[in-house]
Amino acid sequence: MIRLENIQKYFDDTAVLKGITTEFEKGKTNLVIGQSGSGKTVLLKILLGLFTPNKGEIYFENTPFSSMTDDEHRTLRREIGMVFQGSALYDSMTVLENVLFPIRMLTKLSESEMIAQAESVIERVNLSDARNKLPNEISGGMQKRVAIARAVVMRPKYLFCDEPNSGLDPKTAIVIDNLIQEITHENNITTVINSHDMNSVMEIGETILFLENGEKEWEGTKDNIFKTDNEAVTDFVYSSNLFKKVRKLYLES
Amino acid sequence: MLKHIGAYFLMLRMVFVKPTKANVMYGLIFKEIQDLIIGSLGIVCFLSFFVGGVVSIQTALNIDGELIPESLVGFATRQSIILEFAPTFMAIILAGKVGSYITSSIGTMRVTEQIDALEVMGINSLNYLIFPKLVAMTLLPIVIIFSMFLGIFGGWAATIYGGFSSTAAFVEGVQMDFKPFHVFYAFIKTFLFAIILATIPSYHGYYMRGGALDVGRASTVSFVWCSVVIIVVNYFTTHMFFS
Repeated sequence: MIRLENIQKYFDDTAVLKGITTEFEKGKTNLVIGQSGSGKTVLLKILLGLFTPNKGEIYFENTPFSSMTDDEHRTLRREIGMVFQGSALYDSMTVLENVLFPIRMLTKLSESEMIAQAESVIERVNLSDARNKLPNEISGGMQKRVAIARAVVMRPKYLFCDEPNSGLDPKTAIVIDNLIQEITHENNITTVINSHDMNSVMEIGETILFLENGEKEWEGTKDNIFKTDNEAVTDFVYSSNLFKKVRKLYLES
Repeated sequence: MLKHIGAYFLMLRMVFVKPTKANVMYGLIFKEIQDLIIGSLGIVCFLSFFVGGVVSIQTALNIDGELIPESLVGFATRQSIILEFAPTFMAIILAGKVGSYITSSIGTMRVTEQIDALEVMGINSLNYLIFPKLVAMTLLPIVIIFSMFLGIFGGWAATIYGGFSSTAAFVEGVQMDFKPFHVFYAFIKTFLFAIILATIPSYHGYYMRGGALDVGRASTVSFVWCSVVIIVVNYFTTHMFFS
């Protein structure tokens, strides 16, 4: 579980996050949605420790981040997995080497133990046949699966995903969404996903945080997002006619 | 400007803290030696041979006179190659080849979030990326030995082929008044240039922002700054050792 309390972030005099208080639940896919520039990526970077908030506190399992020692920070980093928007795979490494990379860098396991651990995750994301291929030899969807495998190979307690299905066709996007959700449930991970894909919201949004102009505008689940009267949420989520019809049908039924 | 200098030295400090696991680092160092040092030998040898030839031809053509000994061609070629051409001119060439490669490879990693991925894993990305390049580049004096040898060899070949001097006179000139200190001085300079060639391009790649176009821009800026710093350092080392 991750709890945010009054997180504020400024760049020069511009307030990017204006006091976000929320909780990301364990074993669930927690979605952060909002328009571009709403502060989603900054919030994710604060969770990753790449940015420091100007004000507020983040609690990882009730331990405040700011009071952690350097050793505790190091331990926490090893408990975090991250799926980047562009996958961020290492070009010169094969699929297997990419997945092996965090194990090799951060553990003292023997070579055979490392390979076994990496192979099991590669198998989990159905990439065994591509294990010896380079990232540029596989499709965008497969690259995302490698990125997921690399993010979860260290068995993290927290998984962060920055728009994991951007640039993918709708079918592959659903495969990726479902894979993240399944891994979250199987391993009881606290997963936070940045997204502005409404399919993801409807598919895997177990908890949803809606940000607008750096403020928490709304939070709930994928079920009550249909019923909300919040104008900003409905404007954003139901901006397409298709989703308007889906909502209408849902409410009628 | 001062901000960049400060950031550069802070970066250098961070390169040496929180080191990467030794067995991983060995692999990275050998890979960088392959890419930066062995990969540069071909172009260095080619350029050295022909520039050595040009130096000897120009010397022979411009100091033609009854009272000037033929051995002067060998002597001037040796001095030009050892003191300036091999260490300094080659460093400028390598600022284009190695420097651009370092800036663009690190810059691309920045643009594609690969550096962020390292940081998120708790890896000191500066140590992981720059330390192996720095260690590999300290082998640059080996490249310069090749450059010196082939430069003088090229000078001899051009002299003989052009009929400007005899082998005996050229070799006499090469051996004339030889001071081993000059080679030592060239190696000291090369070592300083190696540090510049590894770190300035790394700085420009690591701290770049933007997209693919900015990677190209960063490579150009890195080449310009490497050249400027090499020339300035060359001036001060020459002044320090010879004045």
